[in-house]
Amino acid sequence: MSRLRELLFPLGAVLCAFAVGAVVVLLVGDSPIEVYRLLLGSALSWPDGIGYTLFFATPLIFTGLAVAVALRGGLLNIGAEGQLYVAAFATAWVGIKLTGLPSLLLVPLCCLAAMGAGATWGAIPGLLKARFGSHEVINTIMLNFIAVALVGYLTQYHYRLPGDPIMESVPIGDTAHLPRLGSFVPGLPERIPLNVGFLLALVAAWLVYVLLWKTKWGYEIRATGQSPAAAEYGGISIRKEIVLTMAISGALAGMVGINEVLGYRYRYYDGFSDNYGFTGIAVALLGRNHPAGVLLAALLFAVLQRGGVPVDAFTQLVSKDIVQILQALVILFVAAEGMFRVRGKR
Amino acid sequence: MGDVFTISLVFSTIRLATPLVWAAIGGLYSERSGVVNIALEGLMLAGAFTAAAVTFYAHSPWIGLASASIAGAVVAFVFAVICIRFKANEVVAGTGINILFLGLPAVLSGALFLSSGSTPQVPRDELLPTVWQIVPAAPPWRILTDVSTISLLALVVVGCTWYVLYRTPFGLRLRSVGENPEAADAAGIRVERIRYSGVVLSGVLAGIGGAYLSIGQSSLFTRNMTAGRGFIALAALIFGKWRPVQTMLACLLFGFADAVTIQMQGVVKMPSGEDVPVQFIQMIPYLVTIIVLAGFIGQSRAPGALGVPYDKEA
Repeated sequence: MSRLRELLFPLGAVLCAFAVGAVVVLLVGDSPIEVYRLLLGSALSWPDGIGYTLFFATPLIFTGLAVAVALRGGLLNIGAEGQLYVAAFATAWVGIKLTGLPSLLLVPLCCLAAMGAGATWGAIPGLLKARFGSHEVINTIMLNFIAVALVGYLTQYHYRLPGDPIMESVPIGDTAHLPRLGSFVPGLPERIPLNVGFLLALVAAWLVYVLLWKTKWGYEIRATGQSPAAAEYGGISIRKEIVLTMAISGALAGMVGINEVLGYRYRYYDGFSDNYGFTGIAVALLGRNHPAGVLLAALLFAVLQRGGVPVDAFTQLVSKDIVQILQALVILFVAAEGMFRVRGKR
Repeated sequence: MGDVFTISLVFSTIRLATPLVWAAIGGLYSERSGVVNIALEGLMLAGAFTAAAVTFYAHSPWIGLASASIAGAVVAFVFAVICIRFKANEVVAGTGINILFLGLPAVLSGALFLSSGSTPQVPRDELLPTVWQIVPAAPPWRILTDVSTISLLALVVVGCTWYVLYRTPFGLRLRSVGENPEAADAAGIRVERIRYSGVVLSGVLAGIGGAYLSIGQSSLFTRNMTAGRGFIALAALIFGKWRPVQTMLACLLFGFADAVTIQMQGVVKMPSGEDVPVQFIQMIPYLVTIIVLAGFIGQSRAPGALGVPYDKEA
């Protein structure tokens, strides 16, 4: 029964979001059926639809996992956005500085840089909470803005090609590139940016599952999340758990940089994130903080994102911003879980 | 440096601090009642869009302003229902509201004005007036009246908020509900009702702050025009220790940092001859907030029940 509920509840939330979204579309003066047909239909075509959908899903899997791990540990990480920016810059920095190293060495180093930078940026609010008791929500929000300003400064003043009007770094070395899946999947053209980063996302999801449910670390994280007092009584150091959980969460968020820099743009591009960090909150909640759920939720949001393109092109009045509205509505309905509870039963 | 610190810097500070004051004081009502309000950004965007769109049709900034505060109240009420009635995580729900108002104004303006995300320009004489436009003062005093009416009203709102918070029964109830809802409930205060009023008030005030951005400072709504001001307002609220006057001073400080950034551009050079990177000044409010929260500059203590949904039966 509770298993079924776990499945039915997110479905209900998505359906409610779509229903309210349909009302918005109607008010605007377009046909909801047509808009939803475009939104959902275009993601299923091969190779462009599926290729791009999986590419869009990749960063959302990482940020969804990041938020999910933190929530399992009783922490709300709304700093994934900042963590992924710092990480993307760090991975580009290694790719620029160590140009010339063989691929087998450089790619892992770049990946480690992304995860390390993300983990560090995530650990800061963890440390602040563990040491001073200041709430991670406010600190992660503040660190998002600081991260954006910091990497913006580094890009603008130190790592931009002279005269380049775009806020982007110089390119990373060729040997730091991650192969695109098109280079070895038959029928998938190489122009589609879906890359090995997607496979890494799947591996990360599996590793998160193993970490949380098959290791002592994961047990301690979950115990701390469920009942800090009981965990402490059981001999777990809450302070250590807070920092560790935030670092793992930050490392996962940082892996967005791998997909973005090593697999797609081959440079750091300022402002690349399309709210991935915040959408990750929706992905984690919709996926019930479980890696398998996160994969499904990320896929759904990626379908919407991919579908936004034809909505822009083929409808008269509705723009692709309808996707953002739907994502927000999913967050709100998932958050308002109490709405779906049977009255009188507590 | 002399070129930077001028009288215009003072006015620039007031201009930039005004929307922050409205939003932060709004946030104060919500947070003092115990509801975390991350949604300030979205509430401001709702107000900014509504003000610009309504003023465009109604040709009166005052109707636009009133609509903005109503829009803010309505959105805040929905937020309050999700948080209070359905006991949602307030931070998550707030994030949802913020994302909603990245998309909703864009879709609506696309449909209403066939544009991608911005409203048409409002004529200059239909924008929110300065004090001088209402009370023309003679030259020596002219300069003092060169501020927006909304900036002046912000000062009034801060004063009223202080009075309401510390000198009225409603203020006492608001604070007690935020500090200790169980005790407040036992004393016969309707916890949920007070919290609803706190959150809805935050929508009214943040909506006005947003309206000032679109039909005061600027003359149209553009996509995501708040650009993080809702979060700076939240930072100011924390820096101001959830107290009205201190919060206003924090807003002025952050507005000042912003004003200096703008004035320094192209004027002050580093020894190397480069511009001073604006990014470092932009970081100030956020760094200050982290430092304050960590307790380095006096303790900033949040209301006792901040972020804890109240469950009567629990």
